[in-house]
Order: sequence, then C-alpha cells, then structure tokens
Amino acid sequence: MASYLPLLVASVAAIGFVGVALGLGFLLAPQQFSRLKRTIYECGMESTGGGWRQVHIRYYLMAILFVIFAVEGIFLFPWAAVLGEIGTFAFVEMLVFMSILFFGLIYAWRKGAFEWR
Amino acid sequence: MDLVSTLALLAKGLVVLLIFLAAPLIFVLAERKILGRIQSRRGPNRVGPLGLFQTVADGIKLGTKEDIIPPAADRVVFWVAPLFMVIPAIAAWSVIPFGPMVEIGRETGLWITNLNVGILFVLALGSLNTYGPVMSGWSSNSKYAHFGALRSGAQIISYELTLGLAVLAVVVYAGSFSLIDIVESQRHMWLVAPQFLGFLIFIVSGVAETNRAPFDLPEAETEIVAGYFVEYTGIRFAMFFIAEYANMFLMSMLVTVLYLGGWNGFTIPGLEGVSGVVWTMAKALTLMFGYFWLRATLPRLRYDQLMSFCWKILLPLGVLNLLVASVLRMVWS
Repeated sequence: MASYLPLLVASVAAIGFVGVALGLGFLLAPQQFSRLKRTIYECGMESTGGGWRQVHIRYYLMAILFVIFAVEGIFLFPWAAVLGEIGTFAFVEMLVFMSILFFGLIYAWRKGAFEWR
Repeated sequence: MDLVSTLALLAKGLVVLLIFLAAPLIFVLAERKILGRIQSRRGPNRVGPLGLFQTVADGIKLGTKEDIIPPAADRVVFWVAPLFMVIPAIAAWSVIPFGPMVEIGRETGLWITNLNVGILFVLALGSLNTYGPVMSGWSSNSKYAHFGALRSGAQIISYELTLGLAVLAVVVYAGSFSLIDIVESQRHMWLVAPQFLGFLIFIVSGVAETNRAPFDLPEAETEIVAGYFVEYTGIRFAMFFIAEYANMFLMSMLVTVLYLGGWNGFTIPGLEGVSGVVWTMAKALTLMFGYFWLRATLPRLRYDQLMSFCWKILLPLGVLNLLVASVLRMVWS
C-alpha cells in the first residue's frame, strides 16, 4: 500500500494547485456584468437559437465500438503481463478471443460503420 | 513510513509540481519561437530579453481577466470541467521515472512512486481526459463548443484503443506494468528497435490523444474557433492550456520511457543520477520539438479521414503488432 500513498499526496497537491489558481483568479479578476458579454459567442454575430444540435448517429456507433474493444483491452492487459509463464494453452485461448473480436471489426467495417458521409 | 522517507517523498513531489508549473510556461514560448523560426519570423521578442517573459505576461493577463459563466451554461458542469483537465494531468506525473536509483545519503529512486501498475495508472488518467472536453463542450450550450466536444470525444476514445494496443506489445516484452521495470528491461536494447511499428502507432495515437496538429480538429481555429473551451475566459481558459501542454510533455515522457530506453544511455561512472536525468530530458525535449515541427509542417486532416485512419489502418496494425510480439515472446520463452 505504501506505493499508493504518494498518489493520494499528488492528487491533493493537484487539487491544491487548482484551488490556489482559481482563488487568485477570483481575487484579481474584475466582475462587471453586462448583458452582451454574457451571450453565447458566435464570431461577433448576434447569436441565433440554442446551442443544441442533432448528434449524428455515427458518434453513437463509435462509442459502442469503443466499449467492445476497450473490454478486449481489459482482458488483454493481465494476459500480456504474464505471457512468459502461462504457456501455450492460454496463448491459443486468447488468439480465439481476439479473432472473434477481429471478425466483429471486419463486420462493422463491411456494414459501413466507418464511412463518414 | 519513517520521517526521512516522508520528507524525501515531499521534496520529490515539490520538484515534480514545480516542473509541472514551469513546463507550460516554457513550452508555450518555445512553440511560438520555433514556429516563428520555421515561418521565417522572429516570434515573440518584446517582453523581457529575447521575449523570455512573454508567457509570464500572458499568464498574468489571463489571471486578471473576468471569469464569465454564461447564463445559458450548466453552472456546475461548466465549473468542474477544467478541473477534470488539470488534476489528472498533474497526478499522472507521480509514476513517471526521471532517472535511475541514486545514492543521496540512502538509496532512492528519481521517481515519486514505483507503482506496480504504473502504465495502467497513466492510461486510466488518460481516459479521464475524455471527460474534460466533453463536459466543457456539453455544458457551454454553444454551437462551436458542442461540435468541439463531439469531435474530441470520438477522437480521443478511438485513438485510446490504438494507444492501448501499442502499450500491450511493450508489456509483452517487459513482462511488467511498472514503468521502472520497463526502463530496466531496455538496458541492452531500446524497445524502439524490436517494436518499431508499435512505436509509430504510439506516436500517432499520442499526437491524436493530446488533440495536437495534424489531429487538432476538436479545437480547429479556422472552423470552430477554439472548440470545446470557446466559452471559457480568464484563469479557467488558462487551465485548458496548462493541461494541454502538460499532457504533451507527459506523452513525450511516456514515449521516452516505453520505447527510447528512459534514462539508459552512456554514463560517466559516479554520475549515473545526473546523466540519467539528462538523458531522459534530452529524449523527451526532442520529442516535444517533434510536436512543434509537426504543427508547422502538416495541414489538418479531414474528420472522416481521421476516423477511418484510426479504425481501418491503425487498429488492425496494432492487433497485428501485438500478435507478432506475443508469438515472438512465446517462441523465445
């Protein structure tokens, strides 16, 4: 556990740094309200409509594909660290797992998940 | 844990925090100077001798500007988003080794902590980097920020996969997650030699992860102004900048540690500590120069090219690289 304690110290230092920076900004910065200053920035034009727009469905597909391959990564990491000791069986096992996911990638590719139009 | 090692830990932490504070100041200036030279300009040269105090002046200016939260924004998320950028960027430095074990009164390593899951910890904090852009872009309730956040989210999660695959091949070679063990395993040969493909994949993904040119679509100045942080002002705007440059330096350090042998290099006997730090810094700073050089040389990619390059080329290459590495490891052991 002793090697994890410095991480806590580093995180506290990071939060402290952010706190000091924000505090200094709060003390030094002026506060003058005006209506125009508080509108949404749109290159100097008068802003029209809200900021919400439709999100293209491709982004959703990307997120789903990411989840699949990130889970693959989670299984691969411990396997990679002990690859020297675990023998051929575990190696072949992982090859099967990876090839299934790789066929998944090819399927998504053929279905056009990576075409941005 | 006794008093001396606690004090040593605090001293090391302080040095790293100072490096973290100084790095963005130096790198922003260095980038502007180098870009200027490449484009046959002088770069900033008015504030202080040779313009050395330019970023200090910029920092003071940003700190004394009003901190506006637009009424249309989601206040809480808008407030928290910059913290999600900066805090992981600082915390990740606690596992990066700067030099070998040295003798200063007692044996101590030139790193803050030797975590046995070091590289996983860095990758995990790197994943947190997705939240900063997405939260700030979503909460701003602005069109440019919205587009920036979408682009950034999709780009960072896609290139995170290829980054992870490249790291996996390194772990296969080193047999450990600890960054110190990974450097030790490169005593006789830098990993860039057997892992050249992995090295290239890691560098490309690293540039994309840090949202830098030619992959800087999330903050493309010419189309969506500043992307996800367009609504931020003052000290909080500065935080996005600090986080960006700290992450660039972190990525350069990671390439040094994983592929370029870290502190390994020829040393003078008795000066292993000093030469180790010099080697690490020299390699990391060279990679930082590479970042600036890329920005000056390459035009921005188109978004569909960016995504299909990741999924259709880098990802299969990464899997192939991992397979070759693991087969070699199996045959060799």
